[in-house]
Amino acid sequence: MWFEDLLIQIKSVLVLNAPEGLRPILSAMLSATPILSAFGGLFAAVTLLERKMLGRIQNRYGPNRVGPFGIFQPVADGIKMLTKEDIVPKTADHLIHFLAPLLLLLTAMLGLSVIPYGEKLVAIRFEAGIVFFFAVGGAAELAVFMAGWASRNKYALLGSLRAIAQMVSYEIPLILSSVCVLMAAGTLSLDEVAKSQSGGMLSWYIMTPWGLMGCVLFLIATLAEVNRSPFDIPEAESELIAGHMTEYSGFKYAVFFLAEFVAMFAMCALTATLFLGGYHPPLPILAFIPGPFWLFAKLMVLVLLFIWIRGTMPRLRADQLMEFAWKFMLPMAVINLISTGCWIALGRGSLGWGLSALINLAAYGALNRWLSSRPNQQKRTYRFAEGPMHAA
Amino acid sequence: MTTVFCITALTTLASAVAAMSLRNLVHCVLCLTVSFIGMAMVYLQLSSQFVGFAQVMVYVGAVAILMIFALLMTRGGQELFMREWRPMHWLVGGLVSLALLAVLVGSILQSPVIQNTGPVDKVERVKDLGQSLVYEYLLPLEALALLLTVALIGAALIALPPKQHPIKPQPREDS
Amino acid sequence: MIGKGILKGMMETARNLTGSFHDPERLTTVSYPEEKIPAKENARNFPFLVYDGDDWESGLRCVSCQICEKECPPQCIYIEKDTQKKADFLGKLQFQPKVFDIDVSVCMGCQICVEVCPFESIRMDRDFEYAKSDRFEGLLLHKEQLAKSNKYYHQIHPTEATETDAIRECKRQDHLAKERAKAEKLAQAKEAATKAQSKEPNKE
Repeated sequence: MWFEDLLIQIKSVLVLNAPEGLRPILSAMLSATPILSAFGGLFAAVTLLERKMLGRIQNRYGPNRVGPFGIFQPVADGIKMLTKEDIVPKTADHLIHFLAPLLLLLTAMLGLSVIPYGEKLVAIRFEAGIVFFFAVGGAAELAVFMAGWASRNKYALLGSLRAIAQMVSYEIPLILSSVCVLMAAGTLSLDEVAKSQSGGMLSWYIMTPWGLMGCVLFLIATLAEVNRSPFDIPEAESELIAGHMTEYSGFKYAVFFLAEFVAMFAMCALTATLFLGGYHPPLPILAFIPGPFWLFAKLMVLVLLFIWIRGTMPRLRADQLMEFAWKFMLPMAVINLISTGCWIALGRGSLGWGLSALINLAAYGALNRWLSSRPNQQKRTYRFAEGPMHAA
Repeated sequence: MTTVFCITALTTLASAVAAMSLRNLVHCVLCLTVSFIGMAMVYLQLSSQFVGFAQVMVYVGAVAILMIFALLMTRGGQELFMREWRPMHWLVGGLVSLALLAVLVGSILQSPVIQNTGPVDKVERVKDLGQSLVYEYLLPLEALALLLTVALIGAALIALPPKQHPIKPQPREDS
Repeated sequence: MIGKGILKGMMETARNLTGSFHDPERLTTVSYPEEKIPAKENARNFPFLVYDGDDWESGLRCVSCQICEKECPPQCIYIEKDTQKKADFLGKLQFQPKVFDIDVSVCMGCQICVEVCPFESIRMDRDFEYAKSDRFEGLLLHKEQLAKSNKYYHQIHPTEATETDAIRECKRQDHLAKERAKAEKLAQAKEAATKAQSKEPNKE
């Protein structure tokens, strides 16, 4: 608690010593500046961490020339992005072309404002905080469309439509799998959700059968929402060059990636708050370490998991992606809701545990069986190549 | 009439006017989206957080995308040939707008808030909203659910590929 | 099972990740230019001129016969004969090159010049770090840059160098044998002449 109290003390001292008219703005700025600067610095660190970790997975070093172990690589990248020429096509819609990356970054950063970083450390305390988070996440699709359309490029438009389809399809499992936690916590406010998971690791929602399934679904949907591997069709070079980001160069391109990473951080922080107990330590005796540290530790674990997945999996095709969303994740998320309801209704005891685990496993098995019997999942047979007429 | 409300109202009105008068239809949709966001800010200023966020989520996140997709799938995104405005258009449009204004002003002036007759110091909480949905307004909720299900099934049916009939073996020519 | 393949794949990459810190098989990067992979003995890149002994000018084996210049397919060798002659390892006076230029931006490393040289004087080098900022004059190597000692040749291609030395030893032995045969014949002829001379006063 000492850390949170210290921060609140500092902020109240600064605000109360300011002139009357400036107080609201000063208070807002003092809330926003540490968050934005922390996540901006984290973005630079994570780009380097990602490259080094992917390098180690791929049997090579990551960047190691620019500083010791390459720690100045983000600085070099920043200088490169800033000094590149900003090329805008002549027939492009200049206003919308300029606003699209800004809107994407805006929606990503707005999501950071409702996450509780500590006991009393929320930037804005909304009663329906999570609805705000998903609402601004939905506005990101508009920015992607603006980017693709303003470029006046048929292929950029097609790429942006595919990106929007992907984001819209995965928004439903995302929201449905978070609704389970809201049901169990009984509130829409993220602060309350984090508070209800106090008391050690066993009270985290990921330790329940529906919580585990919900967390897995939420993480997969997060990967799809931020266009990250293996769902990175919009930003892959072999897919319509760069999709909706084709006609962007220099700093605007960097802003797209900044927005993607900040959205990833926001969603990982949300995952940590919903399923992993937020700012609570795993064991109550470790409470002297401040809450924001625990949240960032959980965030980094999830980010490492994302980088690990990126290094492992090949990219999904667009139709495989949509099929996965609508035929596996959506039924699984809905059945997870039923299982959560059973867990809550049977009094959160062992009977509820057993029934909820049973429902989840049964759903998983049934979906497996149904999906593996579909024709495009079965082993290919070559009618003419393996017949009696093929050349010996 | 605080400053924030003035700015919000001006933005909403200006973007609504722009949404009607711009030539390029995609620009119109984007200005309409700005006016949706303005509406959401008005809801937030009235302390109804859930409605405000739901407005953003549904209108900006879904309806605007729907309008854009509709524009792109048809040929509305290109420059349309606009006919000349004739005096008859002004007259009819003016009459319809006046009628609509009269209805809106009448209903606002008769609302309990202006006439100070309803309970105004009850703060709406999300919990109350949820409970009233499930207890008092259960039937409309179920009807809405049925409507959404019908829409989903209809969309899936429209999007299904046409059923392919298996090729029947042709009868042999020689007997 | 949905997800089984992904988990197997993730285990494999995790093994790669942790193994790259302690297992040399899992991190096969060689940090060029700080570390270099040792070159194999038979590697070849561009030609160089061999010289015997310590002084490159006097020990240069090349006698500017211009056979390599004529046989080179992309014609990247340019030779100018010098008017002065110098002695080679057998003692005979031979021509020497005044100018011997190889354009390594043209040379394709086919080794034909090495195969046709009768004097074992041009051999293939293993050096590849020739990058220069001037791609015309910088990549035209002159006699000074091309001349490298026989000791260096032994270092980079020990087998070939030993064979070449054996060939040259054979040549030297043949030459010495021929010299000895000539000297003997000369001595015999002299003896016969003196015998004939000594016989004549006897007759008188």
